[in-house]
Amino acid sequence: MKSSARITAIASIVLVVCMMSTVLLLRKLDQLRTGSTVEEVLYISSPTVLKRISLGYGGLLADVYWTRAVQYFGSKHHNGAQHYELLAPLLEITTRLDPQLLVAYEYGANFLAPKPPDGAGMPRRAIELAEYGIRNNPNEWKLYYQLGFIHYMELRDYAAAADAFARGSGVPNAHPWLKLMAAQMAEHAGDIQTARMLWTTMYQSTQDRSIRANAAAHLRALQVDEDVLVLERLVNIYRGKTGRLPESFSTLQAASLLRGNPADPLGHPYRLTPDGHVVVRNPDALPFIKKGMPPGYVPPVAPKLLPSD
Amino acid sequence: MSMRIVHIASNTFREAVRDRVLYNLIAFALLMSGAAILVGQISIDIERLVVINLGLTAVSLFGLVIAIFIGIGLVSKEIDKRTLYTVLSRPVRRWEFIVGKFLGLAGTLVVNTVCMAIGVFAALLYVSHHFQKADGWLLVALYFIILQFLIITALALLFSSFSSPLLSAVFAFALFVIGCFAEDLRGFAGMTQGITRWLATGTAYLVPNFSALNVISSVAHQQPVSGQLIVYNTAYALIYAAMALSGAVLVFERRNLK
Repeated sequence: MKSSARITAIASIVLVVCMMSTVLLLRKLDQLRTGSTVEEVLYISSPTVLKRISLGYGGLLADVYWTRAVQYFGSKHHNGAQHYELLAPLLEITTRLDPQLLVAYEYGANFLAPKPPDGAGMPRRAIELAEYGIRNNPNEWKLYYQLGFIHYMELRDYAAAADAFARGSGVPNAHPWLKLMAAQMAEHAGDIQTARMLWTTMYQSTQDRSIRANAAAHLRALQVDEDVLVLERLVNIYRGKTGRLPESFSTLQAASLLRGNPADPLGHPYRLTPDGHVVVRNPDALPFIKKGMPPGYVPPVAPKLLPSD
Repeated sequence: MSMRIVHIASNTFREAVRDRVLYNLIAFALLMSGAAILVGQISIDIERLVVINLGLTAVSLFGLVIAIFIGIGLVSKEIDKRTLYTVLSRPVRRWEFIVGKFLGLAGTLVVNTVCMAIGVFAALLYVSHHFQKADGWLLVALYFIILQFLIITALALLFSSFSSPLLSAVFAFALFVIGCFAEDLRGFAGMTQGITRWLATGTAYLVPNFSALNVISSVAHQQPVSGQLIVYNTAYALIYAAMALSGAVLVFERRNLK
């Protein structure tokens, strides 16, 4: 082997070995200094300052901050976190850098509004975000829908929800349901049907799989709540007639109060407890249910969402 | 146009290619393909926006770096290598040398931008699967980026005609940053009084206005660019570049090359 070829070969080997060694050593150092490498911190929290230093390339910076917000929420949500301190500032920076970034308002409000662990539990910040989005994109009906949705679902402020839907219904090309929902709010705000209508619109108006899965899970939960309500009413009717509780759903069928074996939206039969309550068999697969939970059931920290059909 | 200017321009272009300036296209291609593939996995619903924002920002910044670092060496390198004396000993006027150098680098940047634009559109096609009519506005954003390059190339040439390459680079980059704040500077001038107001206003109008030439965010959201803006930006950039180039010619004409 010529001298130069030998040097090339040795240098190449040394290069590769050193490169691999530094990676291995860094991994070892990370293990020794757990948590010190990835700190949740916003070095610059002022959207105005960031906009200035972006030198006109704010669009790209907004994309970076939006990705950061998604990653932040995703990792926290995955771990069932109860606190999301940086989420609201990250979303505010994103939307100030690019006020036309609709995706940040639509999904961001969904991240911010629900109570932990489903979201950050900051409905007021979510409303501020949606209102800022509307000010900058007054012709986007989805933002009015989002605003009304938060008022309805998180704050139970039906008048504010009706107002948001009514404002949105006046926007060109608005979803026709907005007008309907504004009217619905006035008369049947607390009904399961109203909630079902809202989640159905959410399901139909998004292309994102996670949002669809969330909406589908809520629709299934509403169905369970309604089923349990109806079935327990039938149990009470039976007890009123006979003075005792039914042993199973077959007893209700025999009394002509029920046709067929009732099943939850996933196809699992409901179970009738000896004290006359109706419960689901697999509550983990039916997150967000308010009724029908087996006695002593503790929901998981992070709800398990099924694929969105 | 004088054939001498064309020769100097084509030589400048060839020299830039020989200096492997177009190698930046490889980095750009890697950046675009990486972004197109990765962003969909780590973010939500912004694949198209990222390809446009990242693509056009990279076109702009890569070109800017080339314009500054090649522009500042156009004159000084010729002096250092003493090739300038060979050129000027022929029937070539000094202003022709400056204009030829400017056109050569501008040509290099246009070729570079066109190659990158093809990359941006290819990445866009990859993430969107089809083009939309509004994607045509990207061409306007690219055109504005080229106009920025004309201004910065002329400025780099102006500085390199009287200063060292290092200082020229600092001046040109500083002017680019200040130019991005030109509108704020005018706002600041409006808040002052007396002579400060005159000075601030004068400075605000003297520095190049790059913010009007940046429409990346709006075209990313498929918003149209008005015809008036295209016309005024074109006129502004050409006139500003001509002004800086005239300055470079004036300095270079009087420069003692002995």
